[in-house]
Amino acid sequence: MTLRASNAEHLHCLNKAATAAGLHPGMPLADARAVCPALSTRPADLIREGRALEGLRRWASRYGPHAAKDGTDGLVVDVSGVPHLFGGEAELLADLEARCERTGVGAKSAIAETRGGAWALARHGGGVIPEGGLLARLGPMPVSALRIEPAVAEALTRLGLNRIVDLTNVPRAPLARRFGADLLLRLDQALGTQVEPVAAGSEAPHFGVRMTLPDPIGLTADVMGVLDRLLVRLCDRLASARMGARAVRLELQRVDRSAAVVDVGLARAMRDPARISALFLKGVDEVDSGFGIDGLRLTATMTEPLAPEQIGNTEARAGDELSDLISRIGNRLGFDAVQRFQPASSRIPERSFVTVPAVSAPPVPFPQGRRPRRPITLFPAEPLTQVSGNPPARFSWRRMGFTTLRAHGPERITPEWWCDDPAWRSGVRDYWRVETSEGPRLWLFRTPQSGSRDWYAQGVFL
Amino acid sequence: MRTLRNWLTYESHADPLHLLNSRVHEVEGRGRIGFALFQAARLAGPVFWIMLAHDRDRLLPGSLPEGVAGRLHLIEAPGETDLLWAVEEALRARPVSLVIAAPEKPITLTAGRRLQLAAEAGDTTGLMLIQEGRGSNAAETRWKCDPLPSPADSTRHRWALSKNKKGTIIFCDVSWNGATAAVHLVPQARERCQPEDPPA
Repeated sequence: MTLRASNAEHLHCLNKAATAAGLHPGMPLADARAVCPALSTRPADLIREGRALEGLRRWASRYGPHAAKDGTDGLVVDVSGVPHLFGGEAELLADLEARCERTGVGAKSAIAETRGGAWALARHGGGVIPEGGLLARLGPMPVSALRIEPAVAEALTRLGLNRIVDLTNVPRAPLARRFGADLLLRLDQALGTQVEPVAAGSEAPHFGVRMTLPDPIGLTADVMGVLDRLLVRLCDRLASARMGARAVRLELQRVDRSAAVVDVGLARAMRDPARISALFLKGVDEVDSGFGIDGLRLTATMTEPLAPEQIGNTEARAGDELSDLISRIGNRLGFDAVQRFQPASSRIPERSFVTVPAVSAPPVPFPQGRRPRRPITLFPAEPLTQVSGNPPARFSWRRMGFTTLRAHGPERITPEWWCDDPAWRSGVRDYWRVETSEGPRLWLFRTPQSGSRDWYAQGVFL
Repeated sequence: MRTLRNWLTYESHADPLHLLNSRVHEVEGRGRIGFALFQAARLAGPVFWIMLAHDRDRLLPGSLPEGVAGRLHLIEAPGETDLLWAVEEALRARPVSLVIAAPEKPITLTAGRRLQLAAEAGDTTGLMLIQEGRGSNAAETRWKCDPLPSPADSTRHRWALSKNKKGTIIFCDVSWNGATAAVHLVPQARERCQPEDPPA
């Protein structure tokens, strides 16, 4: 893995073969290629790496209640009182390494009395330090095993203080004055004179529940029954975290290890089992159960904060029913199909508003007051035929003949140069409101800049 | 005895342009969209406008009557079946006050009856914008709306009630400017049924 830092590619992470070839992390890629021409590299993705480490951290919590990330490449677990469950400290380590080995994660591990001691040991050999053996085991290690800055370690080496044991023999005050209190703190933490807890962050709430069944089921009613039980548990969990779901996913695991997925979107955050269950009915009904379903897993894939609300408020209930309706329609026709108008600032009639999905935008009132007279319906420009006169006195539109009774205009609308609309490439338009003796009042235009004498209809007035 | 409640319902039914609540109505003719907007302006509450995705005639929200654009939900259905399904769902929802839909094909009697049942269940008014002669017999009323050539500064419409299950048919010319829910009824110039007696 390579990482681009200060304008040059550096090695970020290596496998065993590369380490054996003499490469080390932080080496410039060009140097590494010179050492090992057969090197194959890929760019590192720190975000995905962090996510993978987070996954490992969740897994590592099987070895102790407090598991935390340690830097970008380490995990630390507080195993006080745990090893006897695995048969001893050495057996615990062996179990952990065997599991890592099996999944292809190259990891080194160590157990020590202190966090600093375990850190040093994991990076310099690994194994277990029995109680009271910290100094004996850590003493011969280089000072860089103390979690100190490389520059400090280098300066210590230059003074001849190569090993950790050397540091314990020199007076502390001059050391602190020269290298800062940090060095002594790290030394004390490694040797156990200064406590250092494993600061495990609190678990982010996970909104997923599952249920495995002893016998496979296949009927829609049975699946819905299980789903209802799962939903109650999921909604309880959401309620305790004061969250509401916006999208819920149901995974149905079949006996033959294949899985079907039913996704449901919600028009607004909610945690009411009965209302969510109603939305699943259609999707569950369409699932092919195959040889039967023996596992269900329900996850809230999208959540939003949702404060508890007073119930019994009729206004809120009407809002609930409306959002239920939008959810029902959105789950069948797609949430983009349920739209709402929002005003936009443009003189071009077809861009004077935007349609946005109703789930993503609150209603916005349209400005009232004086406004230019505009048609109520608008359509893409349709050419008129058999036009005579200017403005047209007689014309034919949609296979109907019209005679002009009155014509108001022209109103000139200029295209917006900052957005390139193919329909407006013909330049400015002169719009006329034409009342016909047949009844309809039409919005007609022509494009004087293009030189064409054609007339088009674009809207119908009330 | 006429209670206040009776009086109010009586009043609302005396209004010739009122659409009976919890029923589905139909409107045809060139001025049908204007009539639908007029009804939307008269009712308070959310309005659902359900149309086919390939329909070319789109509403221009800036010119709708006051307050309608803000409470209008536009639903684009990919096909006729989905459109009718969406209409039924919207009619069944209680908070919706008016459902306007523009199907292309004739509404079958079964579909029309289902829509009536849904409107009754949800206490919602439905208005189907149909093309000429493509209505269903289940409709409560059918209106035929056409714009009329009008004198300057006025917009005349002929709104004719051509079918009514619970009353008489009417015929009125109105002048509605499309901004508020108020209309002007235009007095009819009529001929007498009987010729006037010659002066004695």
